[in-house]
Amino acid sequence: MLILHPMPALCRACLHAFESGPRCPACRSPRVTSHPELFSLSIAHMDCDAFFASVEKRDDPGLRDHPVIIGGGRRGVVSTACYLARIKGVRSAMPMFQALKLCPEAIVVKPRFEAYVEASRAIRAMMEDLTPTIQPLSLDEAFMDLTGTQRLHGAPPAVLLARLTRRMETELGLTGSIGLSHNKFLAKLASDLDKPRGFSVIGRAETEAYLAPLPVSKIWGIGPAAQASLEKVGIRSFSDLRRWERRDLMERFGQMGDRLWHLARGEDHRPVSAHEPVRSISNETTFHEDTADADILDGHIWRMAEKVASRAKAKGLAGRVVTLKLRRADFRILTRRTALHQPTQMADTLYRTARGLHDASGLKGPFRLIGVGLSDLCDAAEADREADLLDPGAARRAGAERAADAIRARFGDAAIVKGRALR
Amino acid sequence: MKLSIERGALLKAVAQAQSVVERRNTIPILANVHIEAEGERVRFRATDLDVEVVDQAPAQVERAGATTVPAVLLNEIVRKLPDGALVTLSDQAQAGRLTIEAGRSNFQLSTLPKEDFPVMASADYSANFAAPAKTLRRLFDKSKFAISTEETRYYLNGVYMHVAETAEGRRLRCVATDGHRLARIDADLPAGAEEMPGVIVPRKTVGELRKLLEDDDMEIAVSVSETKVRFATPDITLTSKVIDGTFPDYSRVIPANNTRRLEVDAAEFAKAVDRVATVSSERSRAVKLSLDEDRLILSVNAPDSGAAEEELAVAYGDEKLEIGFNAKYLLEIASQVDRENAVFLFNSSGDPTLMREGNDESAIYVVMPMRV
Repeated sequence: MLILHPMPALCRACLHAFESGPRCPACRSPRVTSHPELFSLSIAHMDCDAFFASVEKRDDPGLRDHPVIIGGGRRGVVSTACYLARIKGVRSAMPMFQALKLCPEAIVVKPRFEAYVEASRAIRAMMEDLTPTIQPLSLDEAFMDLTGTQRLHGAPPAVLLARLTRRMETELGLTGSIGLSHNKFLAKLASDLDKPRGFSVIGRAETEAYLAPLPVSKIWGIGPAAQASLEKVGIRSFSDLRRWERRDLMERFGQMGDRLWHLARGEDHRPVSAHEPVRSISNETTFHEDTADADILDGHIWRMAEKVASRAKAKGLAGRVVTLKLRRADFRILTRRTALHQPTQMADTLYRTARGLHDASGLKGPFRLIGVGLSDLCDAAEADREADLLDPGAARRAGAERAADAIRARFGDAAIVKGRALR
Repeated sequence: MKLSIERGALLKAVAQAQSVVERRNTIPILANVHIEAEGERVRFRATDLDVEVVDQAPAQVERAGATTVPAVLLNEIVRKLPDGALVTLSDQAQAGRLTIEAGRSNFQLSTLPKEDFPVMASADYSANFAAPAKTLRRLFDKSKFAISTEETRYYLNGVYMHVAETAEGRRLRCVATDGHRLARIDADLPAGAEEMPGVIVPRKTVGELRKLLEDDDMEIAVSVSETKVRFATPDITLTSKVIDGTFPDYSRVIPANNTRRLEVDAAEFAKAVDRVATVSSERSRAVKLSLDEDRLILSVNAPDSGAAEEELAVAYGDEKLEIGFNAKYLLEIASQVDRENAVFLFNSSGDPTLMREGNDESAIYVVMPMRV
């Protein structure tokens, strides 16, 4: 005798919960999610669909039926492409010229970050109505831990999440996809399964079977280099990974090995944390034209240093390791880094160090991108405590920088700039 | 080539030579030591292209010649041979092997052609003089702790050896600084050194030089040019490129008008600094000095780990002062003091502080305070 277990299901159109079926019995919508564990899972990942492009289409309805690419100028890279452009093969991080070759009819829109930040804030506020445990990964995606919120809201997490995306659509005109599971790693995998306007669930019972055929590149943080070293020992998929002993993985890959062993079993013990510590602060820019001009590079290094410093100051952080990143015209990336004697948050120190790295590198342009980063971060109280004997002007420059910061805080960023920044 | 040599003499010579060999080499021959037997001597030569050391020892040479073998391996082998053993080195040029025999031990090392071994071009030395090992030891030992490791300020990665004009006339002076502390050590100017150009002796060379200076009575032959410096004993010759850069004008940073004088027993002071710094968890390890009438309070306040305080009886007669320093720097300069009390001269809590031994102006240290 066949016993049919009732399968919990949820209509994302009208939020009606029922027991399995291809259509919602209340509103007849086909947007139904059903899963045996649907109402018992509580770790979610929300990822907006083509966020920047969606904001642009919302604000300019004339764009709605055209492929839209968000990105900086002719020389930049694609930051977001709408789904119409994605059909033609346009992807994020693709060089603009290549994107336009694939999709010449696309409309390229310069990013308007203020608009995205505002939309992101509105979404964030909606998430905060559901839970205080939110971990934003960027403007358009975040983890949420909804454990223990059922009594408060009178509905299980799945319903709250469906309600969230419905609210985003009606109130903000933006769509998002939800991944629901029992840890962050799986929730993030799930949100990507059914984009756009998706709602996917990976339950405990199916975790292992679900992961087995997937390539290890699905793991966040496993880039081409890590992939290659895994492939060297015959690890391509999660099932390959499953065959390894924990000890052997750790011996070969250290801490990453341990993490891989857990992930292979669908285990991820990292909590959803609202205060994920910042590990580094960096800024980079792609030039309008490749350049080897020392003066132009110098101006860019200064502007990058200033941006990184102002972000560090805003966060009350300082860092000890300065990184300079250059991308050659042939797309090869070169990085140089150095550890400072003491942590800093001053643009002046960052600039001088990055400039020193550039000068000492002996690298010749032309370059297409330059970036400056600060890492090995610590509290600002530990920064810049010792003056430099050999650089008596440093104290005065630091004083000037603090004064300029105070002026900017009051009258805006453009109130005072260095001549160097105009190069 | 075939020669026999006593194990102790061989070990000393090989050890000195192999220490300049860089452990990570991209040029294979630089991992080798060049061995040359001639007359009644054997000569070992090693280089990293910036520093070259040549060390010779008496040997019974049966067949003159030369070859090169991996320096680290040779050193390891000789080190493990029994003391007092007679070691025979012989090479078969065709086989590309060097045989090392001692008693019943037999080793074969592969060789690389002697012609490929780089020889450092000799410079036109503009000054040649002799200096007692003891003098050089003091000059470099007391300054080397302040050498910078910052690659971006490569010109600080060594000790600046030069002739200085002082109130007592011309002196041989060594200065090192990393921008946070500075050491300035003076010695009598040896005859013949007057025309010496100022040179920045790299950190590695300073380390190698130290091994030549153990014997108090030894006279070291020093030769200096704009680009190279050479230190020689009868057996060992150390030649080094100097750092191609301009050492900053350090005289501006040595405070001349610091009037607040603290006198303290250096050893007691160092121990107390070390004790209170224990609780400091931060990397910066800041120690606060609170000075009042003949009283010094050392304190550390680390929000995460705790606090510590210690009081010392000192000689201090000026007005109250609170000033912070990196504990490591205080320990390092205090440990340079070996005969008299340490004398600190302060200005304000933001200005560089000067330290010397008693009233001895021939060794002074400057250290920058830190915000506490």
